[in-house]
This record gives sequence, structure tokens and C-alpha cells, in this order.
Amino acid sequence: MRDLLFTLRRLPEQRVDLSSLVPENLQGLVEKAIARLPIHTTSEKLCCGDLFKIRKGNPWSLRFEGGSDRFDFIGAGMTQGDITVMGSAGQQAGRLMRGGRVHIGGDAGPYAASRMSAGRLEIDGDAGNSLGGPLAGEMAGMAGGVVIVRGNAGSRAGDRLRRGLIVVEGRSGIEAGCRMLAGTLVLRGHVAGAPGMLMRRGTIIASDENCPILPTFIDCGPHRLVAARLLAAEIERLGLAWAGKLKRSLRRFMGDMATLGMGEIFVVSPSK
Amino acid sequence: MRRLSVNGVIVDDSFAEAFDMRATALVITAQTQRWARQAAITMTGFATSVIGCGCEAGIDHEVAASGTPDGRPGVRVLLFAMSTSELQKHVQSRVGQCVLTCPGSACYAGIDGEGKLKLGAALRYFGDGWQISKKIGGYHYWRIPVMDGEFVCESMTGLTKTAVGGGNLLLMGATPQATLAAAEAAVRGIAAVPDVIMPFPGGIVRSGSKVGSKYKALAASTNDAYCPTLKGTCVSALAPEIGSVLEIVIDGLNSNAVAAAMKAGISAATKLGPKRGAIRIGAGNYGGKLGRHHYHLRTLL
Repeated sequence: MRDLLFTLRRLPEQRVDLSSLVPENLQGLVEKAIARLPIHTTSEKLCCGDLFKIRKGNPWSLRFEGGSDRFDFIGAGMTQGDITVMGSAGQQAGRLMRGGRVHIGGDAGPYAASRMSAGRLEIDGDAGNSLGGPLAGEMAGMAGGVVIVRGNAGSRAGDRLRRGLIVVEGRSGIEAGCRMLAGTLVLRGHVAGAPGMLMRRGTIIASDENCPILPTFIDCGPHRLVAARLLAAEIERLGLAWAGKLKRSLRRFMGDMATLGMGEIFVVSPSK
Repeated sequence: MRRLSVNGVIVDDSFAEAFDMRATALVITAQTQRWARQAAITMTGFATSVIGCGCEAGIDHEVAASGTPDGRPGVRVLLFAMSTSELQKHVQSRVGQCVLTCPGSACYAGIDGEGKLKLGAALRYFGDGWQISKKIGGYHYWRIPVMDGEFVCESMTGLTKTAVGGGNLLLMGATPQATLAAAEAAVRGIAAVPDVIMPFPGGIVRSGSKVGSKYKALAASTNDAYCPTLKGTCVSALAPEIGSVLEIVIDGLNSNAVAAAMKAGISAATKLGPKRGAIRIGAGNYGGKLGRHHYHLRTLL
């Protein structure tokens, strides 16, 4: 059965909250009923049909033809099913996700995967600041699942990461992995600033051999660890072909000694 | 007793009587197959019988590097005990003393059972606070710093309550040499069957036991009915031409695996014929009163 298709009629005048358009909310609804669903905005009253032309299809597999950086909360809170966005997404895509899969063909705004606990979020373009991070007042960020960013990530990727795996294939902004509690953050491209500031536990893997390291991290030397092989196998399973790099010797830095100091940064060695 | 014959080898119309057990499986990996096997051999040592060892353990099969979680060569071992608590105790002590200590080793769950046993979750304290919990791809591991790097151990392993222990074959030959040849052939045949182990040395036991003893302290004693040197002095199960008896004990993760293993063992042993191997094949039982699993040899031919 083909996807339930939402084709963009016009770009919204204001930011819109698309958290209601998740598979579990659309079960048993015909296209007209879906078109009448209210879409929250800052002030304007909108229905789904005002923004999208809807073609019937499998309600567990949603497809948005056309995106916008004003489309906030795509896939927020979803528990199962698939959402594909052929375009960009606004802020907090996949926030509080508990399952399913969201694929954003373009860029995503800040706080993508914020407090996500399971499922998979893929961003083909760039991710904004605080990827997987907590909102103000929240104690922890992403708590499970997998996030893959094929482009670049803004600042504070993996802020207060609690559990799960974040992979950034492009460049990473400043303060990546800051305040991490646990989990795994893989930074494949150039790392703009020293990662892991105030991290308590967790693992950061930096493929950039020139990755700057904070003075509060301790060099534990180069190692070939079984744990890195397990992670390489998982990254290979996710379809990322460069996982073999993790089987090389990795230089381990432990920190941040300014706090608990049980975190680690692995920096991939330049050669085998 | 009605007697059947396969390739000139007499097969008793008897049955093996086996018992419900608790079991788990582990996959041990290392830098080379040799060291994975070394860890497996060490941890399955002194685990021939629950009577004296508390558990029964053995190597199921080798696992190619492509089939292990960390992409290194491995060995799958099975452990059996009479209760969950006893199995937990032996998993913890054997992995802790024999696998954790082995150079380059790592240990993973080898079964998804209906229950769980602590593996790394029990051993992590060896890390003295430096241990690291890691969840990768839905699996939970413990990384324990050791002198050659890290010991990686999955947090929990599966437990099955449908395991069966005590499947057996009695191989009776004219000479010790011929009987051993038949037993070795049976062991090779059974080794190809997955999910079973033969816990005795090389898969073979020469000191089969009966329940009880004339000495109060002993729960089991030599199976005099099958001792060829006692023929004529006690109620013997052996005909005059039998000069040696060897037994193969089989534990399996389920009843079907035990039956398949016994079938493979009979097939391999009977192929040798009575001149080069066993004259007769039988099975040990307690009259069907103790174990609920009965494997009738005639159904396995």
C-alpha cells in the first residue's frame, strides 16, 4: 500500500505545530477527516487541509511532499510507523519520540530528537543547535534511539545525552557532547571546538584526528577495544560504510575531570 | 528384551531416561580461535555431572567471526544445572574465574531464553568503579578494565527451562579398543548436532553409575551390571562376548535436540559395524520413574 501523502499547497505564514500528524493519530480517519484536523500555529487558525493536499494511503507510513523550516514538531511523540519529509523541518523534529522512524530529506531546526527515547531519526541535511538536547529546565536530553545527521550539526549536539546513539556525518559545531550523562555521540567530520565539556559519562568518538581536547581530559593512550568493534558493527548495521575506521587504534581521553570524569573521547588515529 | 539390529550391531529395545534442567548458552570470543577455545575449555572444565560438579557444561560449536557480536572468532558453550539459582552461581563463578581471566576474551549471551541470568551485571564489580555500562544496538554490555585492555561482557544472558539432561547411549564392544572406536565415532556424529553437549571427557564416560551405594555417604556408585569384570559375580547386563562398555551422556537445550543427538550417535556408531566398533548399543534408565523424558532407541533408528 502506498504512503499517505501530504502535498504542500502553500508555505505557512507562521510557524506550525505538526505534532498531531503522526501515524497513531490518523488511524481510521478518511482524507476529509484528516483535512479537518486543526494545526496549531502562533495565532492563525489552520486545518491540515489548508496546508496540504491529502492522498489516501497507508496511515502507518506518512509522506510530506515539501517541507519548511516552519514545520515544527514533526514526528513529535510518535511511537510507531514512518514519516518521510521531502524537504526541511523546523524545530524539535522527533521530540519525545518513543518509536518509529522519521526521515527528513532536508535540514532540521534546533532541538531535533530532543528527549527522544526510542526509534530512529535521520536528517539528510544539516541539524540545528542542541541536537537531542533538553529544553530549558529539563534534566536530560535524548534517552534512547538512533539519530543520524548526514550533513552538519549546530552547536551543542548531544547536550545532556542520556542514552542512545547520535551520528553526525558532517561538521559539528562548538560544545558537542557537552554535559553528556551517558550514550554515544559519533562525530565523523570536523569538530569545531573541544567536545565533551562537563560530560559525566558516555562516549564521544571523533573521526577528526585534529579534534581539540579540553585540558580537563586525560590522555589514556591508543587502544583497539572490543567495545569499539561492537559500535562499528552497529554503525555498519545502520548502513554507514565508514564504520571500519573504528576498528583502528583509537586514542582514549577520559573526562571531564571538572565533573565526574567517567566519560571518554575516542579520537580515531590517522592511519591503520 | 526385544533386540533390533542395524548393520550387524544389536540395538536394545530400551530407552534413555532424561531429566528437566535449566540451561544457558554463552558465546566467548577472543583475538584468535585458539584463545576463544582456551577460555571455553577452561570454563567448562570440571563440569561433567551435576552430582559432583554442581553443573554440566561443554562446548556446543565454534562460531565464525562473521557470526559473533564483535566480529572475532568465538565458541558457543552450554551450561546446565538443576535449578536457576545453581545455574546463576556457576555462570558467575566460571565466567568470572575462567573467561574474564583469559587474554583478550569477551563474553556474550548465546541464547534468548524465557528467563534471564546475570552475566556482566554480576561481574561488573570487578571493575572497582571503573566499569562502564554501554548500550549498543539494543544490547547492554559492561566494559571492565583489565590489564590487557577491557573485558566486554553482555549484561544478561538467556535462561531456558525446557532443557533436558541425561540423554545417553551405552556402547558395548568386544574389546576396549573397538568400544572406544564406536564411542569416538558417536561423539563425532553428535558434535554436528547443534544445541547439545557431551559433558564428560571427550564426550565419553567410562564410569557409568547406578543410584545408591552400599556406603551410606554415596548417592551413586559404579554401575556393576555393566562392568565386564564383574560378569558372573552380580546381576550382569552383559553377554559373555562384551568386554568393554562406554557411555555417552547428552544434555540439550530442548528435547528435540537430545533426540537428534542420540539418533546421530547411533547412526555413526552402527556404521562401524560389530567387528570394528560396538557389538551392542543400549541406553540407561531408571525404569522410567525418575525422568519424564524417555528416548526409545527403536524410534531413533
